[in-house]
Amino acid sequence: MSPTQWDFPVELCCRPMAFVTLTGLDVVYNAVHRAVWDAFCANRRADRVPISFKVLPGDHEYPKCRPKRTSYEWYIPKGILKTGWMNKHLNLVPALVVVFYELDWDEPQWKEKQSECATRVEIVRQSLQGRNTKVAVVLIQKKTPLPPGEDVIASERAAALCNACELSGKSLFVLPHTDHLVGYIIRLENAFYEHAQTYYYTEIRRVKSHKEFLNKTTHQLLFVRHQFKIAFFSELKQDTQNALKNYRTAYNLVHELRAHETNILEIKTMAGFINYKICRLCFQHNTPLDAIAQFRKHIDLCKKKIGSAELSFEHAAWMSKQFQAFGDLFDEAIKLGLTAIQTQNPGFYYQQAAYYAQERKQLAKALCNHEASVTYPNPDPLETQTGVLDFYGQRPWRQGILSFDLSDPEKEKVGILAIQLKERNVVHSEIIITLLSNAVAQFKKYKCPRMKSHLMVQMGEEYYYAKDYTKALKLLDYVMCDYRSEGWWTLLTSVLTTALKCSYLMAQLKDYITYSLELLGRASTLKDDQKSRIEKNLINVLMNESPDPEPDCDPLAVKTAQKLWADRISLAGSNVFTIGVQDFVPFVQCKAKFHAPSFHVDVPVQFDIYLKADCPHPIRFSKLCVSFNNQEYNQFCVIQEASKASEVLENLTQGKMCLVPGKTRKFLFKFIAKTEDVGKKIEITSVDLVLGHETGRCVVLNWQGGGGDAASSQEALQASRSFKRRPKLPDHEVHWDSVLIQANTMIISRVPNISVHLRHDPPALTNEMYCLLVTIQSHEKTQIRDLKLTAGLKPGQDANLTQKTQVTLHGTELCDESCPALLTDIPVGDLNPGEQLEKMLYIRCGTVGSRMFLVYVSYLINTTTEEKEIVCKCHKDETVTIETVFPFDVAVKFVSTKFEHLERVYADIPFLLMTDLLSASPWALTIVSSELQLAPSMSPVDQLESQVDQVVLQTGESASECFCLRCPSVGNVEGGVATGHYIISWKRTSAMENVPVISTVITLPHVIVENIPLHVNADLPSFGRVRESLPVKYHLQNKTNLVQDVEISVEPSDAFMFSGLKQIRLRILPGTEQEMLYNFYPLMAGYQQLPSLNINLLRFPNFTNQLLRRFIPTTIFVKPQGRLMDDTSIAAA
Amino acid sequence: MAVCVAVIAKENYPLYIRSVPMENELKFHYMVHTSLDVVDEKVSAMGKALVDQRELYLGLLYPTEDYKVYGYVTNSKVKFVMVVDSSNTALRDNEIRSMFRKLHNSYTDVMCNPFYNPGDRIQSRAFDSMVTSMMIQVC
Repeated sequence: MSPTQWDFPVELCCRPMAFVTLTGLDVVYNAVHRAVWDAFCANRRADRVPISFKVLPGDHEYPKCRPKRTSYEWYIPKGILKTGWMNKHLNLVPALVVVFYELDWDEPQWKEKQSECATRVEIVRQSLQGRNTKVAVVLIQKKTPLPPGEDVIASERAAALCNACELSGKSLFVLPHTDHLVGYIIRLENAFYEHAQTYYYTEIRRVKSHKEFLNKTTHQLLFVRHQFKIAFFSELKQDTQNALKNYRTAYNLVHELRAHETNILEIKTMAGFINYKICRLCFQHNTPLDAIAQFRKHIDLCKKKIGSAELSFEHAAWMSKQFQAFGDLFDEAIKLGLTAIQTQNPGFYYQQAAYYAQERKQLAKALCNHEASVTYPNPDPLETQTGVLDFYGQRPWRQGILSFDLSDPEKEKVGILAIQLKERNVVHSEIIITLLSNAVAQFKKYKCPRMKSHLMVQMGEEYYYAKDYTKALKLLDYVMCDYRSEGWWTLLTSVLTTALKCSYLMAQLKDYITYSLELLGRASTLKDDQKSRIEKNLINVLMNESPDPEPDCDPLAVKTAQKLWADRISLAGSNVFTIGVQDFVPFVQCKAKFHAPSFHVDVPVQFDIYLKADCPHPIRFSKLCVSFNNQEYNQFCVIQEASKASEVLENLTQGKMCLVPGKTRKFLFKFIAKTEDVGKKIEITSVDLVLGHETGRCVVLNWQGGGGDAASSQEALQASRSFKRRPKLPDHEVHWDSVLIQANTMIISRVPNISVHLRHDPPALTNEMYCLLVTIQSHEKTQIRDLKLTAGLKPGQDANLTQKTQVTLHGTELCDESCPALLTDIPVGDLNPGEQLEKMLYIRCGTVGSRMFLVYVSYLINTTTEEKEIVCKCHKDETVTIETVFPFDVAVKFVSTKFEHLERVYADIPFLLMTDLLSASPWALTIVSSELQLAPSMSPVDQLESQVDQVVLQTGESASECFCLRCPSVGNVEGGVATGHYIISWKRTSAMENVPVISTVITLPHVIVENIPLHVNADLPSFGRVRESLPVKYHLQNKTNLVQDVEISVEPSDAFMFSGLKQIRLRILPGTEQEMLYNFYPLMAGYQQLPSLNINLLRFPNFTNQLLRRFIPTTIFVKPQGRLMDDTSIAAA
Repeated sequence: MAVCVAVIAKENYPLYIRSVPMENELKFHYMVHTSLDVVDEKVSAMGKALVDQRELYLGLLYPTEDYKVYGYVTNSKVKFVMVVDSSNTALRDNEIRSMFRKLHNSYTDVMCNPFYNPGDRIQSRAFDSMVTSMMIQVC
């Protein structure tokens, strides 16, 4: 876009930098000079000093300096700021002129060169006459200079040169053209920068010095001008703090000026410039709040300074520009690292700028509506002689006139007319849209989705005004769903109304229909008369006629649109529009409801479609069809009326295809489900309602699933919360809110009419062949066919159970691992009505625990539904939980021959193995036999025949067996020695003969075998008699490979007298046995303590008497002297 | 006094919205709707704060050239938005606050009505007249 009147001049917006001109450089033909220039201007990053360089010829004419005014007494300024001033100091009047000259210190023709250089300096000085611009000389030298002070010729000649050129030593520089060019250049430009700063400092002093000559009455404008100049020079000097201070003063001074309609534009323009500078510097100083405060102050001060009413659009344009410029500054500061927040971001300023642009448009529309006959004035009052204004913000036809009275009212009128006519050509919409889209971008960044939507609506409306309907629709369509989803119906209606206009003007059929549908719907807040109009238009469109134009449309555009519509009508082609309604709120609502969540396959599936129209007039549709996930049912669920399109409006209140506003219509559908769909879900995937006729033009409203649109879920929620009583309605009518969508149903199999009984005796015993008797009886009226039985472990239980459970039909033999846990589809045959059959099943459970068993009976039967014969598959299942328990508990223990409990057995010494079999079964058990299978490490002492053959155990009874075993010496075995297995063969006592016997194998516990050094066993009678000799023989066996020293002593006992060795010490050779014979003579009757035998093994101190007592008896029963015997003896006597 | 008063449901749809002058109703609707951006942001920012210590009054939501928009959010996330003319400098923060409190009390009365279904548009006459009393009298 080319800069308009309102855009700020570039010289205002740029960052002022010290202006330095370089002369004597031939950058075109001289490579060295080119390199020097490149080093100056290339890579000017932020770390380089802010200077703008320019190469000029040595004899360049600089702007002439006006002669110094000695007095301001008679001077009357003609304006605030000359339009050329800023540019002059940025680009025309240098702070420093640098003369480049190629001269080495050892130049042979030194004198000539020196004078040539002096001449060049003189020429420059000439053209700068009257200015304070500094001059500096740079000698480009081929040789690297010696360190300062060493080169005597150099210092001499330098002094001479300075003298010749009338330069101070500080203004003479040497630039050796060597490898380190950039380094030298940077040092050079730093020195230039110092000179430039001095120059601007003196300039500031110079401007300040004028102040004392000014007086407040005639020189008010000069106060502002000077203050601005000081601030601008400070900026050039890079003294931004002082610049800001001076701009602020200037700003206050501007507002002190006497404002009048004639100069208000000039004041506002300057105020805008200064404000811009202040805000810019505030952002630069990282004080954004100061910037915002200044801007607010600026706006508050200037908002009301409208100026000429006939040109009030200029004020709006100016305001718009202020906001836009501030937005730009703000945005720029953000790009440089400032953080903005949601409520204070550039978007607000762009938005406001757009708002003023809109106002400008409105004002321009009102003020510039001249007749076409009004022509642009000639000569053009806006033309000036130079083509530009002398002062910022003045009127071209009265430049420099300060008087508040209009000297030439006619001229003024013409000027205003010219401006108004020019304004008419401005494309306002373009400006507004640009500003709005800037704002949208900002609000998007600062998490303001709703603000963004609002601005997009405005953009859409602006496009609509600009007659770019495609773009307008695109934007409006985009934001519609935001308002819809949040339920702001007023806003949605307003957006839709604009969208409808756009689609009308473009004759976009589908959009036109869609927006009409929604504007007629319950979400629309339009008045009924509007709705009637839209409905009428919609029906017209459906009958392939042109709709009436939308109100408030541009008449020209309407004319174009009517032609477009006429074309549409004559054009054949796609005239069926399918509109998915789930994303908006159409004027017909739909709910589908199955009568039940499931249907048996032998009854027809029934469901209702409820329809309700919200439009003002009754509407007729031509077709209603329902689609299912199984598309075969679609054909059964269509209602269609063979009506002509023209009949849509007739017979409105009657006929089943007509929807009366506000009334809920119910349509019943039924169909018979396919037998293949048993167990499947039938789902309504969509409901299509056709408006208009398929032969003409029609709209298919498509509801996904069982109805419902963008607003219905919230409504349903509200309705469910509500506990308002609904008024009573006639029987066949329903409340819309009370209808709940039920879009799917299950097809389940026909109810079976057979009975399945299970007979069994729980609990099951581990590993037995458990008998389960299944009885099936038919109660059906007709024969049932293809009866099949599936029985066994119910799937879905613990996987281990499957392996430990077997099911078979044959009970006579034990089933093995190969049998399955579930027998499937055992054909059983047919069954006539009333008949019953039985089936025996055998289950073997390998582990204890409870199991669920399933008995599933399926069959086929022919039935008739709705005069249609179908074959139904019915099934009935029974589950039973069977607990499996151990039939008995087997306890095994090791005891010594004295029946004392043994923790370990001793090698080669006989011990007893006792088994105890305790029945845990609630049913009587028959132990068929038992068997002890010894491990090789064990050997029996006597026969191992079973002692419990054919024993019947009732619950809680037990059967014990005892085996005498011996374990030969083995080494030290970790964990003991295996004993063997105990095998019990058993069955239920109640079981039939052919039921196999079950063998339960019990693994006997391991036993720890220990070697002992000495085994002692005693031979003694089972009892003694008082005063009868009791011979006792102790056998001492040495079990070691060593000769053992044994100390034996017998302690006396009160109950006995005895003879034999009372204390002895002897040796027993390895593997041999020593016998000790004692003769006890009991003195008392009863259980008596035998005289205890103490053995002390010298080699084995561990061998204690405690251990010894395990092997030899410690007590004996002594019978009293037999009385019988006495009697006989008496008798004998 | 207020030029527009709105009650917004927890789900951000309007329960009640009234403005004077009537002819520019749409503008106020947009203004209230866009102010929800700021309400959302403020509510989510203080979401972590303890419920009983929370300040219901949200303060100035955002200023426009001509109006000031204030917000208030109840503990059940129902929002009250009030638009005040910028030129009306007589209104202090405290007055706005007390106006909101009055609005809240009246809203509570509406909610206590057993015939009012929460979430429906407010049609209470008492509430209406209370809002009227807070609005500028158009003469």
